[in-house]
Amino acid sequence: MPDLKKRRRVTETIRAICAWLVALIVFFPIFWMVLTSFKTELGAFSMPPEFLFTPTLENYREILERNNYLHFAWNSLVTSGGATLLGMLVAVPAAYSFAFHPSQRTQGTLMWMLSTKMLPGVGVLVPIYLLARASGLLDSRILLVIVFALVNLPIMVWMIYTYFRDIPRDILEAARMDGATTAQEIYRVLLPVSRGGLASTALLALILNWNEAFWSLNLTTTKAAPLSALVASFASPEGLFWAKLSAISTLACAPILILGWGSQKQLVRGLTFGAVK
Amino acid sequence: MSEARHPSRAGRLTASPAIIMLFAWMIVPLVMTLYFSTQYYNLLYPGKTKFVGLENFTYFFTYPSFLTSLVNTLLLVGSVLVITVVLGVLISVLVDARFPGQGIVRMLLISPFFIMPTVSALVWKNLLMNPVSGLFAWLFQLVGLTPINWFSDWPLLSIILIVAWEWLPFAILIFVTSLQSMDQEQKEAAQMDGATPVAVFRHLTLPHLARPIAVVVMVESIFLLNIFAEIFTTTGGGPGDATTNLPFLIFTQALLEFDVGAASAGGLVAVVLANLVAVFLIRLIGKSLTEA
Repeated sequence: MPDLKKRRRVTETIRAICAWLVALIVFFPIFWMVLTSFKTELGAFSMPPEFLFTPTLENYREILERNNYLHFAWNSLVTSGGATLLGMLVAVPAAYSFAFHPSQRTQGTLMWMLSTKMLPGVGVLVPIYLLARASGLLDSRILLVIVFALVNLPIMVWMIYTYFRDIPRDILEAARMDGATTAQEIYRVLLPVSRGGLASTALLALILNWNEAFWSLNLTTTKAAPLSALVASFASPEGLFWAKLSAISTLACAPILILGWGSQKQLVRGLTFGAVK
Repeated sequence: MSEARHPSRAGRLTASPAIIMLFAWMIVPLVMTLYFSTQYYNLLYPGKTKFVGLENFTYFFTYPSFLTSLVNTLLLVGSVLVITVVLGVLISVLVDARFPGQGIVRMLLISPFFIMPTVSALVWKNLLMNPVSGLFAWLFQLVGLTPINWFSDWPLLSIILIVAWEWLPFAILIFVTSLQSMDQEQKEAAQMDGATPVAVFRHLTLPHLARPIAVVVMVESIFLLNIFAEIFTTTGGGPGDATTNLPFLIFTQALLEFDVGAASAGGLVAVVLANLVAVFLIRLIGKSLTEA
């Protein structure tokens, strides 16, 4: 018996070491990016790579001093925040309808909504581009707000729907008995009890909007371009500023990474439409 | 109960904004794409627009890059799915048992999912895969090998590696969550009866993961069919059209060559392809999504 116990401990230790090793490998590119952001441009390019060096904040200082970084960050904040808000305003009532007033068509409608998410962006890029150009909305933040909101609307409806589905209907029926209108039902009863679910839906939408690149790259140039487009502009070969690229990338990703770490449990539910618990 | 059968007024009113907006988002561009696909329409020659029937489609289909881009699209989606599902299952089983620092390990593992596609593409390209100063080149030299020139010698593989790195965390996130709900008593009973870890994995763990695997395949397919930013920021579709997938080909037609007609025809091909995949996937697991 003690022998078996010992063997078990050894396997467990090996397992833990393997798990840590795999995790460090997967995380390494992010670690390396953050590390590089504290190097000098020369150090970022040096071979063999610098592992021990005197960290400098020079890259961050330069980026923040160039006011264009703040311009792109502001665009990211306004477009992803605005799109999240707009999406929530439309998704909450829809999810309410599907969860509490289901009809025979509800399941079909939900599947149809999901299928619009499968409509490839390139399939509708040309018309959206031409419509945006004709209406003078090209390279405007309002356009990105609308597009981001529409792109993620199906996921938001689904996610809120899965939360609403679990709320006992008696609560709403009791309110209706007391003479509450539909709007009162939603705002006074439903929203307070589903605050957590709504918060994580908004969070997920914010993450997806913040990282979105296809529409930002194709519908903006500079005026409304968010951070993901700014980072892409470093792709050009003449811009070999890897320490600065790393610093911009770190600044662009840090807030979302922290949000993501804080909400991983809820994200599973949202991204899989409650199909995995 | 009658309320459950007939949509009430409140039900219809509250759902309509979302339905109308999504319907417009889907149908307006699609109809326009359909119309443009039958026109000769180049943004550089706006006056010359005229009806050309199916010419754009024949042009697009016989375009040498079309077949390459179709194959690239399927290769990209397929390999990333295989890599993320296989590694995702293995890693999830590895981190499922309790061990010191489990929470931190999971946080590290899911982190790449939150990194912007443009950022991860550029970090991989410049900091890791650069043949002169990248970390991989240094590692290769350490063991006496010649560094690989990733993006010129193995362009598609490079893109696949980057995209797989971005999506592996998603698979892990889903599988780990699902493993937590597994029946531990059954597992322990099997182990008591002398089942090997491999047998437990094959006969208990894998069947339990069937549904999450289906979900991962479906969600990832939606996004992988549309991979764009990673290609845009690293190879620009090249060298030649080695890394041009369908979205990128249509992008070059539309916004670089200004050929709205051909791009629209290509867009419709992409829509049809996505729908084939979607119908297949929804048949496969759509039911389990709505039941729950």
